[in-house]
Amino acid sequence: MITVDAVTKAYGDTPVLGPVSEVLADRGITSVIGPNGAGKSTLLTIAGRLAEPDSGTVHVHVDDAAGAVGLDVHRARSADVAKLVAVLRQENHFTARLTVRELVSFGRFPHSRGRLTPTDVAAVDEALGFLDLTALQGRHLDELSGGQRQRAYVAMVLAQGTRHVLLDEPLNNLDIRHAVRMMRLLRRVADELGRAVALVVHDVNFAAAWSDRIVAVRDGRVVAQGTPEEVVREDVLREVFDTPVRVHVLDGVPTAVYFR
Amino acid sequence: MLALVALSLAVGGYDITLETFLHDEKAREMFFISRVPRTLALVLAAAAMGVSGVVMQVLVQNKFVEPTTTGSSQWAALGIVGLAVVHPGAPTIVRMVVASLLALVGTLVFLGVLRRVSLRSSVVVPLVGIMLGSVVGAVTTYLASDNDLLQMLASWRSGGFNDIVRGRYEPLWIVGLVVVAVYVTADRFTIAGLGRDVATNLGLHHGRVVFTGTAMVALATGVTTVVVGFVPFLGLVVPNVVSLLRGDDVRRNLPWVVLASVALMVVCDLVGRTVVFPLEVPASVVLGAVGATAFVVLVLRRKGSLRG
Ligand SMILES: Nc1ncnc2c1ncn2[C@@H]1O[C@H](COP(=O)(O)OP(=O)(O)O)[C@@H](O)[C@H]1O
Ligand SMILES: [Mg+2]
Repeated sequence: MITVDAVTKAYGDTPVLGPVSEVLADRGITSVIGPNGAGKSTLLTIAGRLAEPDSGTVHVHVDDAAGAVGLDVHRARSADVAKLVAVLRQENHFTARLTVRELVSFGRFPHSRGRLTPTDVAAVDEALGFLDLTALQGRHLDELSGGQRQRAYVAMVLAQGTRHVLLDEPLNNLDIRHAVRMMRLLRRVADELGRAVALVVHDVNFAAAWSDRIVAVRDGRVVAQGTPEEVVREDVLREVFDTPVRVHVLDGVPTAVYFR
Repeated sequence: MLALVALSLAVGGYDITLETFLHDEKAREMFFISRVPRTLALVLAAAAMGVSGVVMQVLVQNKFVEPTTTGSSQWAALGIVGLAVVHPGAPTIVRMVVASLLALVGTLVFLGVLRRVSLRSSVVVPLVGIMLGSVVGAVTTYLASDNDLLQMLASWRSGGFNDIVRGRYEPLWIVGLVVVAVYVTADRFTIAGLGRDVATNLGLHHGRVVFTGTAMVALATGVTTVVVGFVPFLGLVVPNVVSLLRGDDVRRNLPWVVLASVALMVVCDLVGRTVVFPLEVPASVVLGAVGATAFVVLVLRRKGSLRG
């Protein structure tokens, strides 16, 4: 479980987030939706300790023999947090010419410190297989399409083997087919591997179709949250996006129509 | 590579053959006093510069940086000249400490300036370093000319190995240790090269890794500059060729970088020693010619793949 407690963030004089308090469960998929500039990335990167909050705390709770222990992600040893929470930013600028397999292997660094054990190799193989990258594992990152590279980075954070996986817009760069495959895969990560996935999603309908829980952010605040049925509603979405939206239930999933 | 090292041992102003080596006391002495130290110095200095280049390139995320294009070597020279002015008879160890510290300061200044440059992969980055280096070099020259040290400066700038004899090269073993340390911590540098966010996610303190790497490079540069002088472009050419052929995994590449750097260095030294025999062109001058050409070729080749 990750608990975000009264977190705020401002750039200069402009407050961009909070105060936000949120709990990310130990299982399932949580999607964060909201308009551009709402503070979704800021929230996710603070929860994943890539950015420091101005105030408030983020704790990750681990079950221990003595009960649940909370680890402050911004204060605890980075190497310890790296075994519990993995986070991937929206854009990953890189110049390194690594192969897909080398990149994914670095996901095991928190466990192996660079010397891969058979367990690490198995985790790398599994992550590569999960993301359909086995055939591409020998390719260099600069020889891949944007979508393939995106999948390689996701494989890296999966190989990290953490309870929590935070992804900022993992559907970016992906065509419809690969976007659906990515969501199906994240669903399997949550269901079969029992991990908790939190992601920022641009498309409300992807969030509605695949998530257990949706958190809607606007102007740096959480304005709605709950199951897809509770959040993907005409009145809620109109408030979140400031745009008239119709919602139809298609195949049992609330589906937003907002093209005109 | 071993053959090249053997050749380097065999070639020199004083005629030494296997025959004289075995039977002539004086030839043997010459061999151990001059030929062995010279070759060891070549090997160690080459490894130091090659490895420094790799580390700088991953940490800065730019293919064109190495100690002479970041200004680090020039700062080290400033340290040596400055020390020669205020404290002429300083022992070697003090000179190395001062040179390494100034190389560290210089590299940090360079990194600080880089923060304001947004295009990290561009050719602008080494230009910034070369500019900083020129400014520092000008100050050094001024200091030297004011204190009758120009000749000393000139001999460093051309980084000669001809006056390396026993008793002068030994400090270079320090850079051997640096090379080993880089190998042991290589994965951290590769990860840091993937950016601050990826490094943080994997449990590393990005700033700390960058500082450690910078300090290692500064130490290698400082020591090499004191003992040998400038060794230009080696850290640029070799790591780039290895990267093109084998990718950017620091640990996997390091042995290749060391081998190739040593080979190139020894070849340049042999060429310098033989083309105008019995005189010598310093290895660094040969290297500079080879390296500058390679630099231009690399810039042109990489231009297509340069993205922000
Ligand atoms: N490094 C930064 N400096 C200044 N403002 C920033 C920075 N990063 C984000 N912002 C601002 O913070 C707000 C929230 O950004 P972000 O969390 O990226 O939004 P979202 O991911 O929801 O589109 C935006 O108004 C953005 O302009
Ligand atoms: Mg965003």
